[in-house]
Amino acid sequence: MNDKFETHEHDVLIIGAGGAGLRAAIEALGHGASVGIVCKSLLGKAHTVMAEGGIAAAMANVDAADDWRTHFGDTMRGGKFLNNWRMAQIHAQEAPDRVRELEQWGALFDRTDDGRILQRAFGGHSFKRLCHVGDRTGLEMIRTLQDRGVQMGIDVYMECTITRLLSDAGRISGAFGYWRENGRFVVFKAKSIVLATGGIGKAWPITSNSWEYTGDGMALAYEAGAELMDMEFVQFHPTGMVWPPGVQGLLVTEAVRGEGGILRNKNGERFMERYDPKRMELSTRDVVARAIYTEVKEGRGTEHGGAFLDISHKPAEYVKRKLPSMYHQFLELADVDITKGPMEVGPTCHYMMGGVRVEAETAASTLPGLFAAGEVAAGLHGANRLGGNSLSDLLVFGRRAGVAAAEYAKKQSVASVDSAQIDAAEREALAPFERSTNENPYMLHADLQQTMQSLVGIFRIEQDLQSALGKIAALKERAQRLSISGSRMFNPGWHLCADLKSMLTVSEAVTLCALARKESRGAHSRLDFPKFDPIWGKQNNIISRRGGEMSLQQRPTPEMPQELQKLVDGEKGAGA
Amino acid sequence: MPNVTLRIFRGDRESGKTADYEIPLTPGMVVLDALHYVQKYQAADLAVRWNCKAGKCGSCSAEVNGRPRLTCKTRMDSLPQDKPITILPMKSFPVIKDLVTDVSWNYKVNKKIPAFQPRPGTDWKMWQKDVDRVQEFRKCIECFLCQNVCHVLRDHDKHEEFGGPRFFVRIAGLEMHPLDGVSRTALLKKELGLGLCNITKCCTEVCPEEIHITNNAIIPLKERVVDEFYDPVLRLVRKIRGA
Ligand SMILES: Cc1cc2nc3c(=O)[nH]c(=O)nc-3n(C[C@H](O)[C@H](O)[C@H](O)COP(=O)(O)OP(=O)(O)OC[C@H]3O[C@@H](n4cnc5c(N)ncnc54)[C@H](O)[C@@H]3O)c2cc1C
Ligand code: SF4
Ligand code: SF4
Ligand code: FES
Repeated sequence: MNDKFETHEHDVLIIGAGGAGLRAAIEALGHGASVGIVCKSLLGKAHTVMAEGGIAAAMANVDAADDWRTHFGDTMRGGKFLNNWRMAQIHAQEAPDRVRELEQWGALFDRTDDGRILQRAFGGHSFKRLCHVGDRTGLEMIRTLQDRGVQMGIDVYMECTITRLLSDAGRISGAFGYWRENGRFVVFKAKSIVLATGGIGKAWPITSNSWEYTGDGMALAYEAGAELMDMEFVQFHPTGMVWPPGVQGLLVTEAVRGEGGILRNKNGERFMERYDPKRMELSTRDVVARAIYTEVKEGRGTEHGGAFLDISHKPAEYVKRKLPSMYHQFLELADVDITKGPMEVGPTCHYMMGGVRVEAETAASTLPGLFAAGEVAAGLHGANRLGGNSLSDLLVFGRRAGVAAAEYAKKQSVASVDSAQIDAAEREALAPFERSTNENPYMLHADLQQTMQSLVGIFRIEQDLQSALGKIAALKERAQRLSISGSRMFNPGWHLCADLKSMLTVSEAVTLCALARKESRGAHSRLDFPKFDPIWGKQNNIISRRGGEMSLQQRPTPEMPQELQKLVDGEKGAGA
Repeated sequence: MPNVTLRIFRGDRESGKTADYEIPLTPGMVVLDALHYVQKYQAADLAVRWNCKAGKCGSCSAEVNGRPRLTCKTRMDSLPQDKPITILPMKSFPVIKDLVTDVSWNYKVNKKIPAFQPRPGTDWKMWQKDVDRVQEFRKCIECFLCQNVCHVLRDHDKHEEFGGPRFFVRIAGLEMHPLDGVSRTALLKKELGLGLCNITKCCTEVCPEEIHITNNAIIPLKERVVDEFYDPVLRLVRKIRGA
């Protein structure tokens, strides 16, 4: 054992303190494991805090006809049947209990007139299904989980970034990271690890995601030998702010449309009539994002290159009560009063459907001892996620990952941590201080974002994707020359060097998968292959590391049993 | 658009001084955008905390021209541009580096607060009007700006005896939860020093979530403490009614 570093030991180590990580921690602790949870930011600041519109669960409080079968069907349809059907089934069945549990832990949702949890409409959901707290549902959820976890006595390691997973004879043995505050290194020994690190949006310049979303979890899993899946499916949310420049990409919650918001182009046309006359503004995200993109591209966009989204026909008091943070966000940041006039909106990189390939029941990755839940994991959402299905995903699979990681840990002895792996991780982390090559991480980041935005965006085409691969390879070369000044004390430039490594890995994976999938499905739109392809509809793209290189193969999607097939029959191939 | 000068604190626990950076203004720019500009082009190691850049996470607190603010919600065009804009770390917490402070004390105080516990036999029915009142407190994004301005902490340094407005808000949210069955009044009185608050309302003024910290949280809690210690029967009635 290497005793050069501060070391902590737990049965279960959870990387990520958003909804998925906290829910996993609570459950693992409840199963008798000693649990540590690590996060890059302060506790309570993870992305989950930003979630607005709500959490999807077929509670049938507002629409009595709703049940898990409909939720399951909606999720599969939204995901264009590429979802792991078993995950979609578990998710739909367990979400209501997970929501009730939150309430029992102190969460306060908006109420129906008869005192139950209120639910609102959202894109792609057949019924009013999203339990919510105004437009700050994520804050309610993360506080509730955080308070519960803290009371139970979880050890929290805040502002600590993991840069490597450690393994021993083919199974997980721990993780290596640094404290952001002082730059010192730390080693965690663990019998099992749950990744709950969220998404990858920071590889694009126009995004609703925070600095944390650099794809660390996927890159860590990949480097350690686990498989990634469906990396081509990156969700562009149709409504991000487009003006002023500083807030470009900031999310405008789908709840605006859920509450009756209308989309128009600069000529005042309600253009969704041309793209999805049935569901209009509440069509799925992929459809609405492409519609806005197309309107702008064809010259019908607003002054700042977006569409108008208008909720001002509703009473001002109602808008302020149902969408308080949107009201303030526009008033304070864009000088727009949304109770009086329309917002300008356009697509923004928002959510990663792909990620670590996991087993439906246990959230186990393909590497023994490594589990993954939440946005970092793939499978539930298929080719396109429905709004509200992420928060429920975090709870359902966070809990399952917690159980499975604790049970796994019970059967294992502590694996040994290999000091060679730790030394390599240390050398890698310190390298940017030792170079004087003047390759600035901020510039490299900007160049990567530019590449992904222009070549691997909403609409994709062979030659762009080929060219993106070439550029990413060149950026990887440049990343070998990154250099940084200053000390190891809270040094964001240095932190970005580590984040860039992850972003480059996931960007390459996204591009490789996008190039391979020669069809359009859900969030993945190929100009050169605009239709569904029945063969591609039955296979997932799988990324793994072979001989130090990224390799891609296809694997058939699991076959759905008859009784579930019946629930979605007649829907196959519908709604490109 | 014109250039402006930012005067930013650079330093750590031991020492530090302000340094000037000149940056070009862009339309709608907020202070956090300006800080990011400095990181990108002038000082890659400038330490700043932030996450959402949308006023939702409460990470980016600092003192801008002497006023405690969220830097992601402070528009540059709301500040005078003919003189340097000073950006200093929150004063009530120890500096780690530049604009980043050590707020771990808050997490320690938080641990002392017993979590929500439902009254036995509850049927989980709640009415919006009862929930509304508590939802106000649950809007807190833990920016700690109220803690930063409260004189009990800022000038008198009573971190050992006083929980601070943020945690009075949190406790108000638990105590007024329609179904909660625990009492936290003894904790308020004995450990969290509610009595030290003399209702100056400085906390309310800086709260970016516009929580009426003093009127809606602190004063009712003070009344509860009085009831509990001097009129336990009234207290019991309140608890049963869920008020
Ligand atoms: C603005 C916005 C609004 C949204 N609204 C909704 C909504 O209404 N409904 C819905 O269902 N979904 C919504 N989503 C999506 C949803 O919020 C996210 O997908 C979800 O919160 C992700 O949760 P998570 O637990 O997977 O990860 P997160 O909450 O992002 O947590 C990730 C954690 O991992 C940590 N981490 C990452 N890398 C490392 C590392 N290397 N070392 C240590 N720690 C690390 C981070 O610090 C963080 O603690 C929204 C998303 C955004 C951006
Ligand atoms: S009202 Fe009380 S808690 Fe608020 S700032 Fe004044 S003394 Fe502090
Ligand atoms: S009460 Fe207001 S000022 Fe205090 S921490 Fe919460 S949001 Fe910030
Ligand atoms: S960055 Fe989240 S509140 Fe400012």
